[in-house]
Order: sequence, then structure tokens, then C-alpha cells
Amino acid sequence: MWAFIVRRLGGMLVTMFIISTLVFIITNVVPGSPAALILGEDRTPDQVAALNRELGLDRSVPVRYVQWLGDLLTGNFGTSYYNDNSVASVIAGRLEPTLILTVTAAILAVAIGIPLGIVAAVYQGTRLDYAAMVVALIGAALPNFWLGLLLILLFALYWSVFPAAGYVSVFDAPADSWRYLVLPAITLGASHAGVIARMARANLLEVMSADYLRTARSKGVRERQVILGHALRNSMIPTFGVVGVALALMIGGSIVTEAVFAIPGVGRLLIESVLRRDFPMIQGVILLIALLVALVNLAVDIVYAILDPRIRYE
Amino acid sequence: MTAALEVRDLRVRFDTDTGPLDAVRGVSFSIAKGELLALVGESGSGKSVTALSIPQLLPPVRVSHPGGSIRVGGDEMIGASESVLRGVRGGRVGMIFQEPMTSLNPLQTIERQIGETLRLHQGLSGRALRDRVVELLDLVRLDAPRERLDSYPHQLSGGQRQRVMIAIAVANDPDLLIADEPTTALDVTIQAQILELVRDLRTRLGMAVLLITHDLTIVRRIADRVCVMHNGEIVEEGETAALFADPQHSYTRHLLASEPAGRPPARDPGAPMVIEASDVAVHFPIRKGILRRQVGAIKAVDGVSIAIRKGQTVGVVGESGSGKSTLGLALLRLRDSRGRIAFLGRPLNDLPPRDIHALRRQMQIVFQDPYSSLSPRMTVRQIVSEGLDIHGIGRPGDERRARVAELLHEVRLDPAMMDRYPHEFSGGQRQRISIARVLALKPDFVVLDEPTSALDLSIQAQIVELLRELQARHGLSYMFISHDLRVVRALCDEVIVMRKGTVVEQGSAAAIFEDAQHPYTRALIGASFDIVPSPPPNGDGRGATA
Repeated sequence: MWAFIVRRLGGMLVTMFIISTLVFIITNVVPGSPAALILGEDRTPDQVAALNRELGLDRSVPVRYVQWLGDLLTGNFGTSYYNDNSVASVIAGRLEPTLILTVTAAILAVAIGIPLGIVAAVYQGTRLDYAAMVVALIGAALPNFWLGLLLILLFALYWSVFPAAGYVSVFDAPADSWRYLVLPAITLGASHAGVIARMARANLLEVMSADYLRTARSKGVRERQVILGHALRNSMIPTFGVVGVALALMIGGSIVTEAVFAIPGVGRLLIESVLRRDFPMIQGVILLIALLVALVNLAVDIVYAILDPRIRYE
Repeated sequence: MTAALEVRDLRVRFDTDTGPLDAVRGVSFSIAKGELLALVGESGSGKSVTALSIPQLLPPVRVSHPGGSIRVGGDEMIGASESVLRGVRGGRVGMIFQEPMTSLNPLQTIERQIGETLRLHQGLSGRALRDRVVELLDLVRLDAPRERLDSYPHQLSGGQRQRVMIAIAVANDPDLLIADEPTTALDVTIQAQILELVRDLRTRLGMAVLLITHDLTIVRRIADRVCVMHNGEIVEEGETAALFADPQHSYTRHLLASEPAGRPPARDPGAPMVIEASDVAVHFPIRKGILRRQVGAIKAVDGVSIAIRKGQTVGVVGESGSGKSTLGLALLRLRDSRGRIAFLGRPLNDLPPRDIHALRRQMQIVFQDPYSSLSPRMTVRQIVSEGLDIHGIGRPGDERRARVAELLHEVRLDPAMMDRYPHEFSGGQRQRISIARVLALKPDFVVLDEPTSALDLSIQAQIVELLRELQARHGLSYMFISHDLRVVRALCDEVIVMRKGTVVEQGSAAAIFEDAQHPYTRALIGASFDIVPSPPPNGDGRGATA
């Protein structure tokens, strides 16, 4: 197991290297000069040249790449073009809302999706099944920016139950912060809840005809316990893989949700940085998202091995 | 004295999409205390449905009993409440099933799965529970029972899993054990051990046994009485010896006559050599550690030599994992191997892939499972003519269609059915389709990988007959892979006995069946034919003492 984890971490280094290269190339070949943008309308060519020199943008792309990569290896993610702050510290300041939002949305998606899928599978072919699957399909089909706007309209503007936008840290005001999380978490989690429900249903149905359930019944086990004790855990193994994918997608998907709800997270930071052509910041954020996704995948594989005794990584 | 089981005029109806289907139509039989009754029949005869009806384990939504009565120790099962039935299941009635590989929950330890039934029926827990589990594992002769407690099913062999299933079934001292094809999925020497165990437990625990099987050898060996089922009805019933000696019903006579018979064509030492291989070895590397260095190898096939002449059959015999299928794949160059392989005098080892591809036409394979080896999305015509299309044989359209019709006719299928899909055919018919697919390319050499083991006995005999006939007509050379020595005897003139990748015995079929030298071969022969089983050398579980 440890050999497996070490090897996977090694593989992650390679992945991160490839992603960093791609990110660097893309940011540096897109049209638009950061210096021109920073200096505004009244710039002179001399000023632009001077600022380019100051930012190091006068050097060739390969030289800049080697320099940037060398800095990365020493833990230096660079400095923002926009306000001279260190990229690492800016991102660190924006990480909390994104992580809390994603984790809350994931918990919500699992807490809604899995029971919905179980109910649908146990009552397969009945109205309850159809109702659950219609709900799941609606959840999976709604675009999340639109769902977000709809939720704001209903719950914030018409009924004033929840705030329309913004973010309050749990560490500052624990009693208040959850109210700011409800609508964004639903927005981000709804589509994944739908997908998870459908997978949970399909996987449970597949397990329902397994021979070992017949064995359990032949022992005199109660039907309820046959499903909860024998079928469910077996069906959860493939379902769990979907949850892992959903979590990875939500990390990326938080960009839209943060924009809709004006949450000062990493996703919004990325959009701001793109608009400002703040190359070091863009690169830093994308690397961070890639790293989180890779870590989630590794965690999924490790949890697989814990859930399923047949999986023993070499 | 009440019977252990009394079934009267049992009817079972399935509610299918195309209307009601009567799977069991008025079946009556009873089993006295301590008696072993065999319920015999081919697939679809309703024997398993009858068995599952006893503890009412058929899915209630689609199944109904239009009539009949099932009494376990005098108590009626049909219409009994769930709580009564739960007390019977695993309590007074224990069950074991055909598929030891899938009948245990893969995520729970052996201790937990055996313990569950003890907790439910006897309320055991803690030390008492664990001690009883160990006692049961000892009773079913699983070696080192204490160390097995924390094992998961995948860590056990098929025979060991079946022992665990038996431990679950007998945990609460049942009055009746229902064994639904308990040995069908096991290797023959393990089969003998499991049967021996069932027979022994029956006397020791004084329980009645209902044995469901299609294997007449097993019936002859251990049953007191036999009921023969056909089309949902019991057509004949009697004491085992009397029934085998003097079968009354035509279906029983048909069953008894359908064991593979006949002998292979005579050996012809002058026939040209079709395939000749020496010292074939297939090793799979075992890799470990962070750098995945190779630390050893699994020797799936190790130094096997085989030679097959035109029109002859070499049987390769062995249990699962002995390397016989891998050897077949190696000969066809579908698996990399070491050692010299020559086909029609041409060495295959260094041929470029393009030439191998051309040779494929002359070397074909028929697989074991007729259900999964045909694409469900292709019609029979597409399946059979695919090889013709790939190798560009005949003009597309009518000419190929005519060829497919001819081939289907040759394997005794109605050519009018060529536009149907595989699911519309029975197992035996599908195996005929596979054979037609292979014949389409007019091969010289065919590997037959257990082509009959998934089929009913009477169908087996028909397929063997067909294979022999095609061999005579087309001068085919077969490598016949099997674990069933009865079929091998009917088809092969030479036999190779494999074990753990190596050859333990090799020679003419006559010599081996008359006078096997190796103890393993003798154990195989003993288990296949009607001879008192002799213990195989260090087999499964506590093999030697079983």
C-alpha cells in the first residue's frame, strides 16, 4: 500500500509538471499585454517597455519558463503583476471559502443523492422510483449558474430567507456563516446529487440480484438487513468512484458558483486574474486546482482499498 | 413419524412479460428423516425452482403458487408469515448453492458470515460465537480454522468457499439440507471431497438432504432415492440402484443413455504433423515494490511438448489453474511464449505479425462459455460470416450468405434462423454457432477450450458426436481442453495431464485410462468415473484426509 502511495505521488509530480508547462504556454501565448493593461489608456511606449522590463516580460518565453519553473521548485510562486503581493499568500487567503463551499456541496450531494438512489432502487418500478429519478434528472440537468440565479430570486429577493451573496467565515461568525453557504452549496451540489442518485440506484440494482444476497436470505436474515447489511456496502464501491469524480469536478465548478454569489474564493480570484492578465496569479490558481484534483483522485483510490478487501495495491 | 420434507402437488408460476409460465406443475415427493434424495433433471426442468420454493426464496413479486403444499417437519411453508419463514431459513433448513465464487459476500470475513446465522438463530455472541464458528470450520474440514476467521472469500479457493457455505448451512443443526448443484462449479477431485463431506455430515448430524443435480455420476454415488424431473414434472421416482438398473420412463432412459459414448478414430502414425511444439513456457512476471521490479514469475505453462497429427485429437486435461487454456492460447500465438512451435512444418516463433494474421485462418478456437463468447449485437449470419469478410473469402452478399447457410446446415441448425440473434438460441445451439463460425474458415487446427462443460449432459453428447463427425469429414486436428475425462475418452486418442503448468502424464488415451501411472491422474479418473474416490495428493483444504 505504501509503495502504491509513493508511486502515485511520484506520478503526480509528473502530472503537475506537464500541467504547469501547459498553463505557462497558454498564459504566455494569449494576446494582451499585462503592462499595457496595468498602465491604462494614457500609456506611452516607453512606459510599457520599462514595465515589461521590470516584470521580466522582455525576455524570451523559454527563458521565462525556466526561471518560473526554477522558482516553483523552491516554493516561490511569483508575485502578482497587479499589486505586488506574493501569489502564494493571495491564494492562501482565498482558499478557505472555496474549500468550505466545495466540501459542503459535496456533503449535500452525497446526503441527498445516495438516499434518493437507495429509495429508487428498493422501490424499483413504483411511483416512488419514478419520482426520485425525475428529481435526480432535474438536478443533473439544470445549469448551475441558472439554478443559482433562481435560488437568489426566490430565497433572497422574494422571501428573504437567505442572503443573496457574499461570504462570512465560520471562524469569524460561526452562527451566521452557514446562512451564506446554503444557496451556493445547493447550486454547486445539485447536479452532482442527481448524478450520484442515478449511479447509487443503478449500482444497488445490479447488486440486488447477487448470489450472496440469496445466501443471506437463506440464513434467515431480515429483508431490511439484507439490503442495509449486505447489498448497500457492495453497491457503494462503484458509487464511491462517482463521488470522487464529483468532488474533483466541484473544485473546478466552484468558479461559476463563486461568481454568481460573489464569494471571494479561488474561483473568483481566477476570473479576476484572467481579466487583469495577471499571469503569475493565473498559473498559481490553476496549479492549485490541478493539485487538489490529483489529491482527490489519490484519496479515492486509497478509500477504495479500505472499502474493498479485494483491492490490495502493490 | 413426520417426514423431514413433504411436498404435495406443488405448482410454481412465474409472471413473465409474455404471460404466466408454469415452471413446476404438480410435483410431489417426500424425504424421510436422514434420507438423501436426489432431484435430477436438465436445465429448465424446474428442479432449482422446486428447491428454492421450499424455504420460499423465490422473488415474491413475480412468483406465485397456484396450488400445492410444502411441509417442513409438518409445518406449512406456503403462505407462512415472514417471521416463521425466517426461523426456518438457516434454522431448520440449510442451503448451499452452485456458485461458491459468488455465494459469499465479498466484503465480509468468513467469521462474520458464519456468525450472522448463529447470532440470528441462537443469539450467540462474543467468545461463544467465535468458538462455535471455529468448531463449524473444523466440522467442514477447513484446515487451520482459527487462522481463517479473518479471511475474506477471495482469499479462499472454490472448494474452501463451498466448505464455508456448508458451515453456514449446517450451523444451526438443520433437519434438512438443500444442496443445489453444490459441486457443478468445482474441479472433479474437489467435487469428490465436497460430496464426501456432505455424505459424512448427513450421518453425523442426522439431517435429511435434498440434492439437486444434473450429474448422474454423483447421484449414483451418494443418493438413497432419485426423482427425475422433466418439464416441471417428476416423471420417475425410485431407489437409486433400482432406477439406474431398470429405468421405466423414456426420459430417464434418454438421460442415462446420454453420457458421452463412442471412441475416437484410430491413430494414424503416418498422418502429417499439423502442430508440433516443444518446451512451451508461458511465465507471468510478479512485480513488487515502488519500482515494480520483477521478483519472480508465475509459471502458467512450463516446458510442455505437444504434437498433433492431421485428423487426430490430443486431449489436455487438468483442473482450473493447471495452465491448459494458456497452453492453447500459446499454440495459437494469442499469448507470448517461449519454446519452438511449428505449424504444418513452419516455425511460428519468428513470424512477423502479418504472417501470423494470415495463418489465423487455419488455426481456430472454440470457447467454453456459449453465452458470452458470441456478440449479442450481431446476427448469426454476421457472426459466422465475419471471418469470411475479414479474410475476403467469397463474394460479399449472396455467395457468403449461401456459405453461411451451408455451414449452419453442417452443424445441424436451420439456415432459416441465420438472421436471429444469439439470445434466441439455447446453450447447445450457441455452441453449434461457434463451431460454424470456426468451420467457415476451413481451418486445419482447432483448439476446443472446454466446449461442452457448460452444457447439459445430453447436449454434451450431441456436440461430441458433431465434433467427431466434422473431424472425419474435414480432417481437422483438435486440441481438446477439458476437465471432464468422460468426454475426453470419447474424443481423444492421446492425452496430456497437466498440473500447475507442467505435464504429469502424457501418452495414448487407452494406456492412460487403462493404467494411469501418476497418482494425480488416478485421482482424476477416480473422480470422473464411477469408482470410489481416492484422495488426491495435497488437494484443496484438508484434502488428504477428506
